[in-house]
Amino acid sequence: MKLGKRTYKRGDLAGLLFVLPSLLGTGIFLLVPLLDVVRRSFSEAVSGKWTGFANYQAIFSNPAFLLAGKNTIRFTLVCIPILLVFSLFLAVFLHRMGKTGSMLKSAFLVPMAIPAASVVLLWRFLFQPQGLLNGLLHQLGIQGQDWMNSGYAFWILVFSYIWKNLGYDIVLWIAGLSGISENVYEAARVDGAGEWKCFISITLPNLLPSLFTISVLSLLNSFKVFREAYLVAGNYPHESIYLMQHLFNNWFLDLDLDKMAAAAVINGIAIFMLILLLKRVWESGDGAG
Amino acid sequence: MKKRFSIRKLLVIGFLTLPAFAACYPILFLLAGSLMGRDELKANLSPVLSGGTGFIRWSLLPAYPTLREWVRLLLDTPEAFVMFWNSVKMTLAILAGQLLVGVPAAWGFAKYRFPGKKIFFTVYIILMMMPFQVLMLSEYLVLDGMRLLEHPLSVILPAVFSTFPVFIMYRFFCGVPDAIIESAKIDGAGHLKVFLHVGLPIGSAGVISALVLGFLEYWNLIEQPLAFLKDKSLWPMSLFLPNIDLSRAGLAFAASVSMLIPAFFVFLGGQDYLEQGIMAGAVKE
Repeated sequence: MKLGKRTYKRGDLAGLLFVLPSLLGTGIFLLVPLLDVVRRSFSEAVSGKWTGFANYQAIFSNPAFLLAGKNTIRFTLVCIPILLVFSLFLAVFLHRMGKTGSMLKSAFLVPMAIPAASVVLLWRFLFQPQGLLNGLLHQLGIQGQDWMNSGYAFWILVFSYIWKNLGYDIVLWIAGLSGISENVYEAARVDGAGEWKCFISITLPNLLPSLFTISVLSLLNSFKVFREAYLVAGNYPHESIYLMQHLFNNWFLDLDLDKMAAAAVINGIAIFMLILLLKRVWESGDGAG
Repeated sequence: MKKRFSIRKLLVIGFLTLPAFAACYPILFLLAGSLMGRDELKANLSPVLSGGTGFIRWSLLPAYPTLREWVRLLLDTPEAFVMFWNSVKMTLAILAGQLLVGVPAAWGFAKYRFPGKKIFFTVYIILMMMPFQVLMLSEYLVLDGMRLLEHPLSVILPAVFSTFPVFIMYRFFCGVPDAIIESAKIDGAGHLKVFLHVGLPIGSAGVISALVLGFLEYWNLIEQPLAFLKDKSLWPMSLFLPNIDLSRAGLAFAASVSMLIPAFFVFLGGQDYLEQGIMAGAVKE
């Protein structure tokens, strides 16, 4: 290992050849578009004239943008903690169950294989005003709802996200749990620590590093929930599930290009900052612990 | 002592089986619906279809199972057939492209030092995190400039260069021991030979993991075809399904199951790789 040495052997450049096709394509189809969005966000759509922050001012006084932003943030803040806690809870049990555990784990992964378009059919059956859920409630003597056209739509979306991602997060938690040495637990039990005490003072602290990556991956997966929302409710769903992606789609259809560019930059920055922030929090957590 | 433990264990299993069953129930629901036959579906759905009062009924299994709706889907619905093949073609083209471009790139990032590597890789990770909405507008303009809109390539090409599979495979290629590479080089193997005969076999689990994750992702494409393809004859099945009216519920069920089957088999065959792929995304930088 020659650290800090800035010369490259001829053989190293072969690596560049391996990467080159990917770099070119990624540059053309992803990186240039990304930079182009940033440029556009500061200019007028039609004339291309530089307008400074005018587009940004426009979107921050745009009610649709504020609604979509609020909903997206609310959705993230609600569904990720629920998913993290619930999947950890299940993972702790499954991890200790050996063969039965891994069979059950497979069952939780199955939703990943069910296409969004297929499951939407079940939604339509369940949540219609005359659907199965209301039928069930009716038998219990409870007045039903038009679920998808009320504030409950938000919770249906949360449920759908958790259903889809539970297995994903369980796999990640179990990977973290397997990394904790059994010896530590045995030593603690010898000292008289109970199950709960072991969980609090051994399992949780040891899972802290996993928490960062699992949160980030759960965040990235949360963008995909738009698929279900769109497929079941179209471009204009109930306002509680009007998400950023709905707004982008609609601006796209209306060719509101300058607003779209500014909103895309804000979105990108928000995601990037959030991930940096999470990283910061957990790294400082590592230092203290 | 031992007996108490096993009762407790049974309780836990029972307790966990419930959510596990709920997770899998949609499959049962779709299968049952697709085998139900027109009359039974009509009877179950009559409150909605006839506009009357009352609620949809449903039974766990069909009372008179029939393959009629399947036959109808295969023989009488050419548009569903076209869209199914659109889905197949798009997914396979994307995965083939990712193999061709992404695998060497992952190998290059994992096993070589070259100028700009760190910056490039950081850019790849940032691109991997950006949702489609951020890039949608400019991707549209780039594709428009290349006259690719309204062509399946407008969906395929950007996906081929997605950086996520590169990241996953990079993780696996990093695990290929340098000592083996060195000894292959001493035996006179060139860069390409080392990659094909050492890197690929040892890192194959990574490649398969990326393919399994990729299949489940691209089989489900919604946003990209919606934005880049106006012509419905180019649409994948995933966009067609929700447009089927409930009065044609039998067809909707059969079509849903036809989407489900390939994904489910990929899942069954590739579950270990799927799990490895999920974990590879999470290893700490």
